[in-house]
Amino acid sequence: MAQITFVTSDNDSITLEGTSGSVMSLAVGHGVKGIDGDCGGVCSCATCHVFVAPGDLEKTGPASEIETDMLELDDNANEFSRLCCQIEISDAIDGIVLTVAK
Amino acid sequence: MKNSVLPDPFASAREKRGLGEMVDQNDPVTMVLRHKDVRKCAHQYKTFSSEDIPGRIVVPSEVNIRETRQLPFELDPPRHGTYRQLLEAWFKRPLQADYQSILRKQIEELIGQALLQSQVEVVSELALPIQSHALTLLLNTSHEEAQKWISWGTHVFRSEGEALDGDKAMVLYDYIDEQIERAVLHPGQDLYSVLLASEIDGRKMTKEEVKGVLVLTFAGGRDTVINAVTNAIAYLADHPGALERFRQEPEIIGRAVEEMIRYFSPLTHMGRVVKEDTQVCEHAIKADSRISLCWASANRDPAVFENPDEIVLDRKINPHVGFGFSHHNCLGATHARQIMKILLSTLAEKVSTIQILKCKENIEMLSDFQRKVGYDTIQVKFNAIK
Ligand code: HEM
Ligand code: FES
Repeated sequence: MAQITFVTSDNDSITLEGTSGSVMSLAVGHGVKGIDGDCGGVCSCATCHVFVAPGDLEKTGPASEIETDMLELDDNANEFSRLCCQIEISDAIDGIVLTVAK
Repeated sequence: MKNSVLPDPFASAREKRGLGEMVDQNDPVTMVLRHKDVRKCAHQYKTFSSEDIPGRIVVPSEVNIRETRQLPFELDPPRHGTYRQLLEAWFKRPLQADYQSILRKQIEELIGQALLQSQVEVVSELALPIQSHALTLLLNTSHEEAQKWISWGTHVFRSEGEALDGDKAMVLYDYIDEQIERAVLHPGQDLYSVLLASEIDGRKMTKEEVKGVLVLTFAGGRDTVINAVTNAIAYLADHPGALERFRQEPEIIGRAVEEMIRYFSPLTHMGRVVKEDTQVCEHAIKADSRISLCWASANRDPAVFENPDEIVLDRKINPHVGFGFSHHNCLGATHARQIMKILLSTLAEKVSTIQILKCKENIEMLSDFQRKVGYDTIQVKFNAIK
């Protein structure tokens, strides 16, 4: 079980609990604003872009090459960017804070 | 070779040079073929612009047949963003449950009818009706309008010879003008009325701007959806196991839709006008020439996709560009994805097998390349689940 906090563009903070699946699915399932997950998580739409809190990068790990290739071409992206459809929920990411990019 | 195969005509040029050349009405196009280059050029709007004479970024060029600027399509950021933002929420409506349930009813009914026929011409008797009925939902107009759009036939912009046909396009433009006048007199809840009432830069949107949005919604969402639906049915006819798999594992339908969009690439490419002397793939490209972003070629790039020429229904990582990439990515994608998901799940629910009786392929002529994008006609027989 992991608790994940999303901070949306209007500064709302929502904490959700999940056990499996992707972080994107959890967010979409609860209507977190700014995470649309249009492509269902196959890494083609970038509508699941989040910034990982600096202290949490160790838990989530770095973005994969597929993600960085895509994020490189997003003017909004920085070193904390992840496509959260590529973050699997597990105990390891318990407590992370993600700021929604959009 | 199976009927449903869409060969990749770009393989050799993509590998050797990364570029292709196309002749088009004295305004040649350099086609960008590699996935990485296509995404990069799509992102670099200052060098590769969408904002030029209306119609010029379309291939074949439409400069001689229209003056209306299509919005937000033929603008660059930041102006593009102003219009795009205004439209985003409306084009996300397909995520709503009631939208999906009406769309499901429409598609179930059309497939139900197809099951009663001894044979069905998929393009005109199923794909066009599905596309037209669904569009009434997207525009939130009266359902009766669908019959009129179906009666226009599959070629609203091209006559039989495939050449661009200004007179045929006029039917659509006149229709949209009429609808805008109607919405001015009797505003309702439809897209025309909503746009007429909306503000851009502190002023009301003009009729010409509203027309620019609507023309694009009709044009961009027609052949693309028809090709996606038709190719999907041909694929399922050739691969009866796929329908069984959707029944067993409905959770893969979302991925299957993405994979079909990648493999079919219903929109082959889209142009940009080059604003300064530059290079693509180490070749010099001159200012005021045209390039095209070839989504269809990028989607078969073996540098990105394993087994690119195969449909892998549950492909997990699939960074395809079938709906474009970056600023101009497809505004109708939410709608198109819902149509395809509901189509696949409805077919899985009702249909056991599909037989192709006869078909005529639709081949696009792109100078160096010939690409099958779908079918002019395809007769099939749907067999119901007993
Ligand atoms: C399977 C079906 C579809 C495919 C494959 C598709 C493909 C594309 C592609 C590749 C682009 C990018 C063009 C560019 O970068 O210049 C695009 C843009 C666009 N599409 Fe689609 N499309 C589909 C369905 C639709 C539908 C149903 C609609 C609306 C009814 C639509 C409306 C648009 C609009 C408005 C844009 C321009 C967005 C902008 O400039 O910001 N499309 N589409
Ligand atoms: S959901 Fe599409 S890239 Fe993550």
